[in-house]
Amino acid sequence: MTAATATATAALAPARRLGLAAGLRHTLTLAWRSLVQIKHNPMELLDLSIQPVMFVLLFTYVFGGAISGSPGDYLKFALPGIIVQNAFFATMTTGFGLNTDLTKGVFDRLRALPIARWSPLAGRILADTVKQAWSVSLLVGVGAILGFRLGNGVLGLLGAFALLLAFSLAASWISVLVGVLVSEPDKVQIFGFMVIFPLTFTSNAFVPTETMPSWLQRWVEVNPVTILADALRGLLVGGPVAGPAAQALIWAAGILAVFAPLAVRALKRRV
Amino acid sequence: MTYAIRAEGLVRRFGATTALAGVDLAVPAGTVFGLLGPNGAGKTTAVRVLATLLAADEGHATVGGYDVRRDAHRVRQLIGLTGQYASVDETLTGTENLLLIGRLLGMGRADARARARQLLADFHLTDAADRAAKTYSGGMRRRLDLAASLVGRPQVLFLDEPTTGLDPRSRNELWDIVRGLVADGVTVLLTTQYLEEADQLAGEIAVVDHGRVIAQGTPEELKAKTGGQILTVRPVDPTDLPTVVSITHEVAGVAPEVAQTAVSVPVNDPGVLPAVVRRLDQAEIVVAELALRGSSLDEVFLSLTGHRAEQDTRAADARERTLA
Repeated sequence: MTAATATATAALAPARRLGLAAGLRHTLTLAWRSLVQIKHNPMELLDLSIQPVMFVLLFTYVFGGAISGSPGDYLKFALPGIIVQNAFFATMTTGFGLNTDLTKGVFDRLRALPIARWSPLAGRILADTVKQAWSVSLLVGVGAILGFRLGNGVLGLLGAFALLLAFSLAASWISVLVGVLVSEPDKVQIFGFMVIFPLTFTSNAFVPTETMPSWLQRWVEVNPVTILADALRGLLVGGPVAGPAAQALIWAAGILAVFAPLAVRALKRRV
Repeated sequence: MTYAIRAEGLVRRFGATTALAGVDLAVPAGTVFGLLGPNGAGKTTAVRVLATLLAADEGHATVGGYDVRRDAHRVRQLIGLTGQYASVDETLTGTENLLLIGRLLGMGRADARARARQLLADFHLTDAADRAAKTYSGGMRRRLDLAASLVGRPQVLFLDEPTTGLDPRSRNELWDIVRGLVADGVTVLLTTQYLEEADQLAGEIAVVDHGRVIAQGTPEELKAKTGGQILTVRPVDPTDLPTVVSITHEVAGVAPEVAQTAVSVPVNDPGVLPAVVRRLDQAEIVVAELALRGSSLDEVFLSLTGHRAEQDTRAADARERTLA
């Protein structure tokens, strides 16, 4: 059959359903779309690159000596924490992008196309995962230049990335929910700032917690940022891994169970 | 006759508001059908139901013979949608936007690229092909948006207020494009607040108000429906306006409209014109303009809905501009 008759047949009898392979192809195409945007919006690349690097440098050289005695010792403690904080902020890009698509009408255009229903969201999350990987590599790279050494080699690094990814995928649903509920993209960023800043600072990501008031310490112990930072310390530097990693995954499962259905329901209601 | 779009008894509520209160539509294949109505009449809701974006609470609809609920995936393979707001990705270039759609529709890389290049050329966007869409003017963006909905060569095209906010030149360009598409056999469902637009493009018009079709027919039939003609009187001296109003009111038997220095009144009886002339003469009013003409769709809309469409439009446009 020639290409022309194939097209004609397709036009006569449109396919009833989509296969999984087609859906994955749509997801890849839509992820490409989110990533190629960076080319035209260099500010986003700065966001993804400069900001994490700046945090590492500032924290290490400003707070390092006062907190740990020397910048080198502090880096060992804080780099995993900074990676976790960066990951939390990175999940907000999902909601920001989704809200932009919803308010600009791009989401409607995509939904009117014969593509898998889940691919716009999946494509966005996939692209954000790639961005996340870039940031983590950059943080570890800059850390290495400043003297951070991997305690468990590449395997530990891969493990840390896998854990971070699992947690981010779950936390993305919070971002999706916010992205669906607020009226404009900037509000997603405001939400991120208002919630993620205090969340990441009331943890052991950047400082040892002994001097905090006891009521705060109780929160710090259960804060997922603390748990994730501990797990990453274990994987990247050395020390216990199984306990904090398991707790982090429980948190991820809990967030997923609560926020994924809420986000999907809110999205269905909005569009 | 084959219908590209059929809808029966579409009802859609949003909380306490009823956006569609039982809409029936039948659009023959290969024609332009206009949905005409003011803001909030339910036009966009109707398009969203027909384009599979929104489920109706009651009633059913088919596009290209396929049910928009049960066979949504098939319907999506036949349609193109250009929304009320330009729905291209502003951070992508013109080429990338069209490539994205082509690839999502399953075209190969080379095919998608060729199709994008051709559409950009057709829509006079070649020079801007590699610029981000956010740098485009309103007219260019709307053309790109339309191009994006044509990538898959749709049989049925939904145009939801395609020219709102465009300058007259861009509007005319877009109208020409739509005429070209219809000549190629595409069925177009057009929503508009502009009576002129519906008059220019659509072979058949449904006037929508408060979620209902309140009148339907060709532009000519709708104009004839209001009974005919409009008598306009413009006195030389504006202080004569009250007298002109009372004379025309009395003779025609309906309250006239006053727009700036002219008085207009719908007339059905051929005897009205000479009678008005006689009475004006008796009152010694000197007239600068005295005209009898067929009613425009504006007046049709007024007589059907009891309120003017254009005023709503301008207010809405002003709001949009303020928001932008």
